[in-house]
Amino acid sequence: MTPALSLEKISVTFTGKSGGAGYTAVKDTSLNIADGEFVSIVGPTGCGKSTLLNIAAGLLRPSSGTVQVFGEPLAGLNARAGYMFQSESLMPWRSALANVTAGLQFRGVDAADAARQGEEWLERVGLGGFGHRYPHELSGGMRKRCALAQMLILDPKIMLMDEPFSALDIQTRQLMENELLELWNANRKSVLFITHDLEEAISMSDRVVVLAAGPATRPIGEFRIDLPRPRDVAEIRMTPRFLELHEQIWHAMKEEVLKGYAQTRNKVPA
Amino acid sequence: MKKLPIWFWQVALLVAIFVGWHLLTVPGLVPPFYFDDENKASFFFGEPLKIFKVIFVWFADGEIYAHLWVTLQETALAFVIGTLLGLGIGLWLGLSNTMSAILDPYIKALNAMPRVILAPIFMVWFGLGIWSKVALGVTLVFFIVFFNVYQGVKEVSPVVLNNARMLGANASQLLRFVYLPSATSWVFSSLHTSVGMAFVGAVVGEYLGSAKGVGYLIHQAEGSFDINTVFAGILVLTLCALLLDFAVTLAENKLLKWRPQQAETETT
Repeated sequence: MTPALSLEKISVTFTGKSGGAGYTAVKDTSLNIADGEFVSIVGPTGCGKSTLLNIAAGLLRPSSGTVQVFGEPLAGLNARAGYMFQSESLMPWRSALANVTAGLQFRGVDAADAARQGEEWLERVGLGGFGHRYPHELSGGMRKRCALAQMLILDPKIMLMDEPFSALDIQTRQLMENELLELWNANRKSVLFITHDLEEAISMSDRVVVLAAGPATRPIGEFRIDLPRPRDVAEIRMTPRFLELHEQIWHAMKEEVLKGYAQTRNKVPA
Repeated sequence: MKKLPIWFWQVALLVAIFVGWHLLTVPGLVPPFYFDDENKASFFFGEPLKIFKVIFVWFADGEIYAHLWVTLQETALAFVIGTLLGLGIGLWLGLSNTMSAILDPYIKALNAMPRVILAPIFMVWFGLGIWSKVALGVTLVFFIVFFNVYQGVKEVSPVVLNNARMLGANASQLLRFVYLPSATSWVFSSLHTSVGMAFVGAVVGEYLGSAKGVGYLIHQAEGSFDINTVFAGILVLTLCALLLDFAVTLAENKLLKWRPQQAETETT
């Protein structure tokens, strides 16, 4: 079966400032995501996880290598993918409802029809009755729900998520994780989920890919998560199998995390 | 003692200023301590009661309305034309790096130039009617709006922009639904200054040469050393400016509802 998303030998080198040496963020990375699979990428901060996601979205061109979406080479933006950003991505001048329906508006969907679908999606992410509020009138968690609905209303085949819940407090975060899993369970899409939180990665995914510390990051380990579904992200953390997997993956990651930490420390001018 | 509201003190201060003004200028009330002649104070500073009388007569006879109407017309036209030009060119240069690089020194030079000296040229070009004043106001308003829009376009959050692109917005939709709202919010934040500048352009233009408008009234009175009428004109202009500012605040509250206010609390 053709994978939903396939990255083939991707390398990304950013040109250095004022003719200096370029910075290679990602080197020779290959990654396949099957249709309906939930894959998480974990790695130390600053290792190039987001770069990889931007490549998959088509927001960034790789220096070498190819990206294929359902077997077709990607040209321009990835129209089959929805992207959920780490930082605030809602348009602050639009109400929650207008934000959710933005994608439909861009596609020329009839306004009344779009509003109806928008209300439905707001309801589904627990924001029923909040449609008229502006982003600054919503809490951080509500803004994330709104961004989630904004992405899901377009029914993307692939969901790209860049540490979407990292700015939330732990309770809200687990709530959102469970809601995301529930939505995903109802209509299985391929998910590429970036996080630096190993527990989040294990509790949600079918597969966890560990990246090396940058520069020139590449996958250094891949782990199949055979925990039963449906899962509750808070409860599953207590099960022996979870702890076993956590132990395994952490063992593989530890060295890279320390390496990444040492690098950031060395960057601080003495 | 019960705490008196702020507006009470504001009104009290206003009354105090006029009472002080009255006592210091009306001949014979307070012995002269600076001028050698007791009539000189009122010659230089006018007398509040006479000033109010001039204003009253203006409004009672209806003489002022035609002048006010002209000044407001000039202000409104200068504001609208200047804002539209600033918005259009600001968007254009904000989105085109090449054009903004080429035009950068010219924009800076035009902005640095004291534009009031263009007034005589505009009079030659557009005559003594309202259009020479509108032109002067436009040159003042344009740069305020232009710089704000330019900044607004440059500072659109890249995340919001990429998000809109991922949601399927094409180039013209990005312009209409992302750049334009972002830029207009910057225009509105400069609204107070730009309306004020349009007003300045109109009055200064009238003052330098015209046959109508409040600036013209002031200029005329000055020619005959009628200081009371000059002050009356100034007071009417100040009142007008305050009303304009109030109207802008109303418009702002309506249009910038999506902006976070400081320390906003829920009201349901």
